[in-house]
Formats: sequence, structure tokens, C-alpha cells
Amino acid sequence: MADTTLAYAQADPHRLRGIAHAAVAHAGPAPKRIVTGFGFWIFLLSDIVMFSCFFATYAVLVDQTAGGPKGAELFDLRRVAVETVFLLLSSFTCGLANIAADIRNRFWFQVGMAATCVLGLAFLYLEAREFADLVARGAGPTRSAFLTAFFSLVGCHGLHVSAGILWLLTMMAQVVAKGFRADIGRRIMCFALFWHALDIIWVAVFSVVYLLGSKP
Amino acid sequence: MFGKLNWSAIPIDQPIPMIASGVVALVILGVLAWVVLAGHLPYLWREWITSVDHKRIGVMYTLLAMVMLLRGFSDALMMRSQQAVAFQSQGYLPPEHYNQIFSAHGTIMIFFVAMPFVIGLMNLVVPLQLGVRDVAFPTLNSVGFWLTATGALLVNISLVVGEFARTGWLPYPPLSGLTYSPGVGVDYYLWALQISGVGTLVAGINLVTTVLKLRTRGMTYLRMPMFCWTTLASSLLIVAAFPILTATLAMLILDRYFGFHFFTNEAGGNVMMFMNLIWAWGHPEVYILVLPAFGIFSEVVSTFSGKPLFGYRSMVLATMAICVISFMVWLHHFFTMGAGPYVNAIFGIASMIIAVPTGVKIYNWLFTMYGGRVRFDTPMLWAIGFMVTFILGGLTGVLVAVPPADFLLHNSLFLVAHFHNVIIGGVLFGAFAGYAYWFPKAFGFRLHEGLGKAAFWCWLIGFYVAFMPLYALGFLGMTRRMQHYDVPEWRPWLLIAGVGAVIILIGIIFQIMQLTVSIHRREELRDRTGDPWDGRSLEWATASPPPVFNFAIPPDVTGEDAYWSLKAHAKQQGLEKRELDYKDIEMPRNSPTGFVCAFFATIMGFALIWHIWWMVAAGVIGAFATFVAFAWRDHDEYVIAAKEVARIDRANIEERRALTSLAGA
Repeated sequence: MADTTLAYAQADPHRLRGIAHAAVAHAGPAPKRIVTGFGFWIFLLSDIVMFSCFFATYAVLVDQTAGGPKGAELFDLRRVAVETVFLLLSSFTCGLANIAADIRNRFWFQVGMAATCVLGLAFLYLEAREFADLVARGAGPTRSAFLTAFFSLVGCHGLHVSAGILWLLTMMAQVVAKGFRADIGRRIMCFALFWHALDIIWVAVFSVVYLLGSKP
Repeated sequence: MFGKLNWSAIPIDQPIPMIASGVVALVILGVLAWVVLAGHLPYLWREWITSVDHKRIGVMYTLLAMVMLLRGFSDALMMRSQQAVAFQSQGYLPPEHYNQIFSAHGTIMIFFVAMPFVIGLMNLVVPLQLGVRDVAFPTLNSVGFWLTATGALLVNISLVVGEFARTGWLPYPPLSGLTYSPGVGVDYYLWALQISGVGTLVAGINLVTTVLKLRTRGMTYLRMPMFCWTTLASSLLIVAAFPILTATLAMLILDRYFGFHFFTNEAGGNVMMFMNLIWAWGHPEVYILVLPAFGIFSEVVSTFSGKPLFGYRSMVLATMAICVISFMVWLHHFFTMGAGPYVNAIFGIASMIIAVPTGVKIYNWLFTMYGGRVRFDTPMLWAIGFMVTFILGGLTGVLVAVPPADFLLHNSLFLVAHFHNVIIGGVLFGAFAGYAYWFPKAFGFRLHEGLGKAAFWCWLIGFYVAFMPLYALGFLGMTRRMQHYDVPEWRPWLLIAGVGAVIILIGIIFQIMQLTVSIHRREELRDRTGDPWDGRSLEWATASPPPVFNFAIPPDVTGEDAYWSLKAHAKQQGLEKRELDYKDIEMPRNSPTGFVCAFFATIMGFALIWHIWWMVAAGVIGAFATFVAFAWRDHDEYVIAAKEVARIDRANIEERRALTSLAGA
């Protein structure tokens, strides 16, 4: 018994068994789809770091209202709820478009992307309305540090959504013109990742800014 | 029509910037005229400007860094001479000009010398060391380079059109706010950095993906050369830290352009938030610069000692430890801000802890040399000069990491001496070591050894003569950034420091001579083996300069020091004679996307600085159109036929074989 244990220990001192073998064998460069997706994930992480700076400044400045209105006096939770529904639904339709792209169905791809676009635009419209209302009420971003941080954080997300819609339209046009080529397929995958990441950030915006901020 | 821009923006009444920019403009026009008249333009366009080859892009990054080093160093000379003469007098530089000079010096040296230098070397070397044909995203790589060049261009335009920031290399509000800096100087700074920051982020993403996803067969993590590890750590820091810079500068932009209240004194803005945010980027930035230098030294010390790197795994661990801890020390840049004793103590201790993995590295290099057959070629001289100098800089760093000591030394010339000690002694010496070490790989001929050594000694001695007096001046109470002074005790030290700057100038002249002499004598300095230093990692396994595809057949790695074991193997079995199985190679096609995109980014940046809104829109639309046009192309790759690959590779093998048999006889 002791002998066998010893022999075993010498052959594999850290008892890694298969893991050690897997670590030694590296098969070489990953396929392009993996490389592209991975690189885009890294970009998304960096983007999330950028958002986290805006979240941090919001947290620091949230009470600095300079005698102006607080969040609870400004936020219309019902509108924000509708915005959230639009954006989450757009993520769902974006997923459908992605599946359609995987099975190379042009029609359903375009339908899915168009639905995503419409939902995204509806979200942006509501956000623009909210911003316009606030400015009209004298609660623009220059009113106080709190409103500066609020407009910047939410606006930064809105800018991302706008850029996403520009990208989305480009992808729809590309599929019309070129079909599901391999490189276009990779771009569609990256776009889907981008759109879902914006959703995740919106969930954080919704919770941190609107839900916490609506407490009287 | 032209926003804030009018003829008064050009400082015709100030001779220094006018003459300087006139000379620069003449040089640029001269070079352009020569390029066009000699018919080199098509070659440059085809082979360099539109190139997506990581080696070419690496070389262009390095070239940009060296040109900008001349600009940044001219600023340094002006500061040193101003302080040498400005005792109880105004000197020759008026305060508003002097302030621009020290701001431009810091900005240029960090963002447009140190950054492009290390990114250039990483670009050039890492794919070769990993045994792959290019980085993960070749076209984005080109975009990244050209955006960096855009930033450098904007900083230099500020010399002629308008002014540069007078706020120091980090634009602390409220000084950088609209109230105290109403001019375009801070805007030049902000947009130059925003645009080049995007370029840096792209480079970081590219290198992380390359290291993690593109290694050749058998190149497991713990077989990667040390330089690949430090590149990984540094690129991870870029990905995690540069977005913070982008966000922080965006906030300052919003404050300045739209009257927001992030960092203002009114309406609840928080100035101290800027210090926290900018240093949450700024401290990791220090390690973004120095980690690749550590990697270069690891390669150089091991090659020129003829030994594997001592304590490879501890080196990996130390690198990754620095990578993580570098995010936990930022507050030591402003102990005096009043965060309280507990916070200061924690950050002081963290700052001392980060010296530990660095110490591990120093011991590893020393033990690598111990018992080795050390060759003192130029790269090795830089490495040894680094070890001595960097230890000194590290020790003064630990000293200012003690909050009570920092309260005395904060903002004094002691601090200036400390960070020049680590950045010149660490980053710049590392970059020069890498330059001398990999130059033959990039161009196929070595740099002149004698002139390189002369340059090294001038830099080393010049550094000590220029910066040791600054430590003394710090103890004598002299603060940084003084345009003139009245204390007689400071004068001799400042004169000595001025002499040091002149010695460094001689070193730079030697470096320029070295480059020109080496190009003239390139035939006698030619490296035909592809392995001039008896190297250990895969970049030496291919020809110098490497063919566009790097490796005819992707190498198969079986252990650490991949090329060294390959060589040992080949010596045992006699050089392998078997026929290799060549295949067609697909390579990414060149693309002007990066250059065109940077062209529009330059227009956009300039227009934003001067509030020319229609031009901003034109720039944005142009950049977007460029990307769509790029996405629309049908053929993004071309094929090199197996026959052609075989021809190139066999010629290289023949040459190597001939040389080895010559050496054997």
C-alpha cells in the first residue's frame, strides 16, 4: 500500500492526474471565432470599467444637490419601468436574431434585428423625453453635481445604445449585401455581446440610480 | 465658421516656439519632399503606412517614440537651462511659457515616448516569441498605432496654433477648469490623450488576446518567455486602467465644455475625486510602463549570461503580484490631501509591499548572472545600469511611501528625482536595451557596438549628474516647477543638474550617430544567422528580418527556452536535413483603414479643441464611413503559396547551415 502510494506520488507529485497533462499539451492558436469573441469580451470588460467610474462618481456626488432637487423628486419610476421592459425585450429579440444568423435564416435575422432596433429606439426616445423634461424643469446637468453625475451616467449608457443602433443598422445592411459570411458572422456575435452587456449595465443603472434614488 | 480659431492663435511675437516649429516644419517638409522626389512614396504607402504586419507597426511605434523623445528632451534642456540662469532673475522663459514646457515635457515623455516605445517592442517581439504569424487583430493594431500618432501630432500642433496646457502633466482641477484655464491648452491635452488613449486600449486588447489565445503548439503558459508574461500583465493593466483615464478626462471635458460640476468648486463638485480617479489610472500606468522593461531585462540578462532565467516561476508570480497590487496603492500620490492617518497608513504599507515582488525580480536577475558566462554587449550594459539605478529609485520610493516622510517631501524636487530615477533608470534603460537587443531582428543588421556603449555611459553618468542634485534640492526645500528662485544655496546644485542634462544630450547625439553609422555600415554589421546574440526564445529561430509570415512552419514547443533546446537538439543530431512539409499561408491584407481613420480623428480632435462644430461632424462621419468601407471589403486575406514559402525558408536554412559549418571549421 505504502509502496504504491509512493510510486504514484513520484509520478504525479501534485496529484493533478489529467489536469497536469492538459496543462502541458497546448494545441496551438485558437480558431478565429474564439479569438474574435475573446477579444471582444476583453473590450467589454474595459467598457464596464469605464462605466464603473461613472457609477463611482455618481455614488460620491449623489447627495451633492446644491439646494436643488433630489432624485426622489425627479424620477418617474413608471417611465423607467417601461424603458427597462423595452431594453430587456430588445435583448431577447437580439438573441433571436443571433439564432437566426446561426441557422443562416436571413428573413428572421432581419426581423429580429429590426425589432431590436425599434425597441432600442423606443428606449432612447423615452430617455430623451426624460432628459428634456428634467432640463425644462430647471434640473439640467449644470444645476448640481448630483445632476451632473446622473446625466453623465445615464447619458453614457444612452450614447452606447445609440452607437449600438448604428452598428445594428450596419449589420443589417451587410447581411443584405453580403449574406452570412464568416467575418460577418463574427461581427454579429460581437454585436450581440455588446447589446447584452448594455442590458446588464442598464440593470445596474436601474437599481443604483432609479430604485435606490427613489427612496424619499 | 472657425470657432475660437483666428490669426491671434499663432504666437508670432514669441521667438522660441516660432523658431522651433519653423525648424520642425522645415525638417518635415524636407523629408516629405525627399520622399516624394525620390519616388519612395508608393513604397512607404504600400509597405509601411498601410501595413498591418505587427513587425512594421512595432517599428513605427518605436520610431514615433524616438522622434518624440527628441521633442521631450528639448523641453527638458530648456527647463534645466532656465533653472540654471533664473536665480534672482526671470531667466529667458516667461512663466506662462515655462509652465507649458514642463506640462508638455511630462505629457510627451509618458504618453508619446515611454508608451509607444514599450508597445512598439511588445508588438515587434511578442508574436515572434509565441511562434505565431501576427497579433490577434492586425488591422486594429494599425488603427491603434495611427491614433497614437494623432495624439502626438495634436500635442505638436499646439506649439504653433494656440498653446499647450500649463497645468502639469496631470491637469488637476480647479486649475484645469474653465475659470483658471480659459485657453485651448487644456483642451489640446484632453483631446490628444483621449484619441491616443483609444489607440492604447486597442493595443492592450490586442496583446492580451494574442498572448492568451494565439500561442503556438506546446507553448503553455509556463513555457512562455518572461517578456510575454510581462506583456500580458502590462496589457491587462492597460485594459483595466485606461478606461479610467478615458472616463476621468471625459468628465473634465464635460466640465469645461458644458459647465458640468464634476470637479468644480461650485454646486457640489468634488475636486478630490479627480485626484483619486486620475491616480487610479496613473499608478497602474507606472507599472504598464515598467513591467515590459522588466521583461526585456529578463530576456537580456538570461541571454547574455548564457543561462536560463533564475527562478522563472517566482518571476511569473512576482509579475502577476505587481499587476494586482498596482491597483491598491494609488493614494500614495496624495497623502497630503488629508484622507486621515488610517487610510494613509494602509496605502503606505501597500506601497511598501509592492516593492517586495520587485525585489524578488532584482535577486532573480542577479542569480541569473551568478555563475554565468556574462557578455557585456550594449543590451547587457543597459541591464546592469538599470539594476544599480533602479534599486536606488526603488529605495527612495519606499522612503516616500512613508506618509510622515512624504509630508515633508511631497511636491519637492526629491519626488521629481525619484520618479525620473525609476522611469529613466527603469523604463527608458529597458527600452534602449530592447532597442539594441532586437534591432538586428527587426532590420537584419546589428547596431554599432562602440557608439552604443558610448551612448550608454553618457546616459548613465548624465543621469546621475542630472538627478542626484535634485534629491539634495528636495532636502533643501525646493519645490518642483519653479520658474525662478531666490535661494543662493540651490544655485550650485541646479548648475550641476544642468551639466548632467548636457551629458545626456551627448548620449543622445551618440545614439543618433550610432543609428546613422550602423545604417551606412549595414553590410559589415549584417546578421545572417537570425540569431546574433545566441538567443534562447523563438524570435531568434527565424530569419532577420523575419519573413512576413514569421515562421514557415509553426514551431512546436517542448519546453522552456524553446529555441535554446531546439539548438541543443540540432547540434546533437547534426543540422536536420529532412524535407519540411510547407503549406500555403494566409496572411491579412494591408489596409489604409488605420491611417484614414487617424486622419479623420486628427480633424475631429482639432475641431473639438477650437469648437469648430461642423468640422467635428465631418470628422466623425468620415471615421465611421472608413470603418464601414473596411467592413465591406470582400478579401481581407491573401495567400502565400507553399512554393514561395519553401523558397524563402530554404534560402534562410541554407545560409544558416553555411555559417554553422563555417563556425564548425
